[in-house]
Parts: sequence; C-alpha cells; structure tokens
Amino acid sequence: MAIMNVNPTRMQLTKLKKQLATAVRGHKMLKDKRDELMRRFIDLVQENKRLRDKVEHEIAECNSHFVNASAVMSKQALDASLMSPKQQISVEVSAKNVMSVNIPEFTTSARTNDKGDIFPYGFAFTSFELDDAVMSLNDILPDLIRLAEIEKSCEMMSAEIEKTRRRVNSLEHVMIPRYQETIKYISMKLEENDRSSRTRLMKVKDMLLDKAHNYSGKY
Amino acid sequence: MAKNIAVIGDSESIKGFGAIGIDIYPCDDIENAAHLLRNLADNDNYAVIYMTEELFELVEKERNRYENRLTPAIIPLPGVKGNTGIGSKRLSAFVEQAVGSDILFG
Repeated sequence: MAIMNVNPTRMQLTKLKKQLATAVRGHKMLKDKRDELMRRFIDLVQENKRLRDKVEHEIAECNSHFVNASAVMSKQALDASLMSPKQQISVEVSAKNVMSVNIPEFTTSARTNDKGDIFPYGFAFTSFELDDAVMSLNDILPDLIRLAEIEKSCEMMSAEIEKTRRRVNSLEHVMIPRYQETIKYISMKLEENDRSSRTRLMKVKDMLLDKAHNYSGKY
Repeated sequence: MAKNIAVIGDSESIKGFGAIGIDIYPCDDIENAAHLLRNLADNDNYAVIYMTEELFELVEKERNRYENRLTPAIIPLPGVKGNTGIGSKRLSAFVEQAVGSDILFG
C-alpha cells in the first residue's frame, strides 16, 4: 500500500492520527449501518418475494375471470360496463426513515365510504362472471399496494446498501491502511531524525571537549 | 399529499383495474409507453404506477430516473399474456445489488 505524499513532520503526524481515529470510527459506524440495513433488507425482500408470488397468482386468476366474463358478454357491453368507474383510490404517502433511507409508506382511502361499493354498473345487463372478476380484483388491492410499498423499499434499500458497502470497503481496505502506513512512515522518519541528531550532538560534544582539554590523547 | 394510483398496459390487461378505483392508461402502442410514463411520473400525481411486464421492460431508461425518488413506485405486474418472470428477476437483481450475489433466490 502506497503511503501518502506528506511531509514527515510532527504536525502532520498528529493530523494523520486524528484522521485515522475518525476513519476508524466512521468505518465502525458504517459497518453497523450496513449490517442493520442488510438484516432489514433480507426480511423485506423475502416478504416481497412471497407477496409477489401471491399477487402474480391472483392476477392470473383475475384475468381468467375476465376471460370468462368476456366469453359471455359482448366486448362492447363489457367495456361499457367498466367505462365509468365509481371508485377512486387515493394514497397518502409518508416517508419512514430506516437507517437514513427514506422508504415510502402508503395509506389508502377510497372515495366512497363503502369499500364494497365497487361495481360501476347496474346488475341488470351484466353477467355474474364480470362481478366475480371485479370482486376478485378488488380483493387483491391491499396486496397490490403493500407490494408496491415493499418493492419500492427494497429498491431504495438495495441501492443504499450498495453505496454503504462500497464506503465500508474503501475505508477498510484503502483509507485506513494508507493512514496507518503513513503514520508508521512518519514516526520512523522522526525517530531516525532524532537518532541522527543525537549522534551528531555527541560527536560535536566530543570534538569540543577534545579541542578544549585534549581528551582524545589521554585514552 | 394524497396521490392516486395508475396502471399502464395494454387495454386487455388493465381494463378491470378501472373498476376498483385505479386510473387506467391504456397503451397498446409500445412506442408510447416511455412517453406516457414520463408524463405520469413527472406530474407527480401518482404514488404507484403499475405497468404490465412487457411495457415495464421497454422503459428501463425512464424508470432509472425515478429510482431514487420516493414516488412514484413503478411496479411490474403480469398482463393477460401471462407471467414472464420479470418480477422475480427484479427481486434477484435487488439482492444481487445489495449483497453482491444472489444468495436468496439464486
């Protein structure tokens, strides 16, 4: 690992030590964040899978109901029956903060008070197959909305986990080792300077004493 | 703010959704799908936009624009032509993005 391009001074050393401490603390926190996000993500994605299988199955069923309905009714009659919907679903969106990821929460409300009031047509000229089809679709609506909520959450969380994972890795494998090596390099360099100046001083002292008292001749 | 739910797809697949209170946007012409999605998403009137799987696959570029936003959630649903498995593939992709490899559904 390459060391950083810095001057080996005491000031730089203190600065780097501080940065290292910050990096280590940041690394620990990001790692915790990643682990917790991952735990939640795995739970969520498993529920997502379960729900999706369920919804896909149910939609296939609804479609077969509609096929039945279109078999006994003319296309025009069928389209006309569904043309002017009575119901309108509105969704209240709120954000929930999970480990600094904002995931959506949907609360639905219908326009009419009666939740069962879904048939936008009179029953006189339509077949009961159509009633079945609309009803089965209405039954899966809560699942559909829950699916949207979870799937969006999974999408956002997976992006955040990826980002966090990269940060953790770059801190762990690049930044922190680089700081450590640089700190080591600077402290070695400083010690080396220290030793060389000490020997130089000793040498100078010897020379001065020699000059003053002619010591070297005595030994 | 109260938002609505929309569904985009071929008219066969989505006609029933109108009855249960979802706004339907029939899109039989696949060229129009991207344009339609952009319009709906940019107006920010919809919390959830369901799309049939065929169309969902065609508008990847547009979808990426809304990936980081809270709404709309763009969710694929199978149409009348049957399940193409895109939904499950999408989940695998999430796991792969988060973990590095698909350890759950692989």
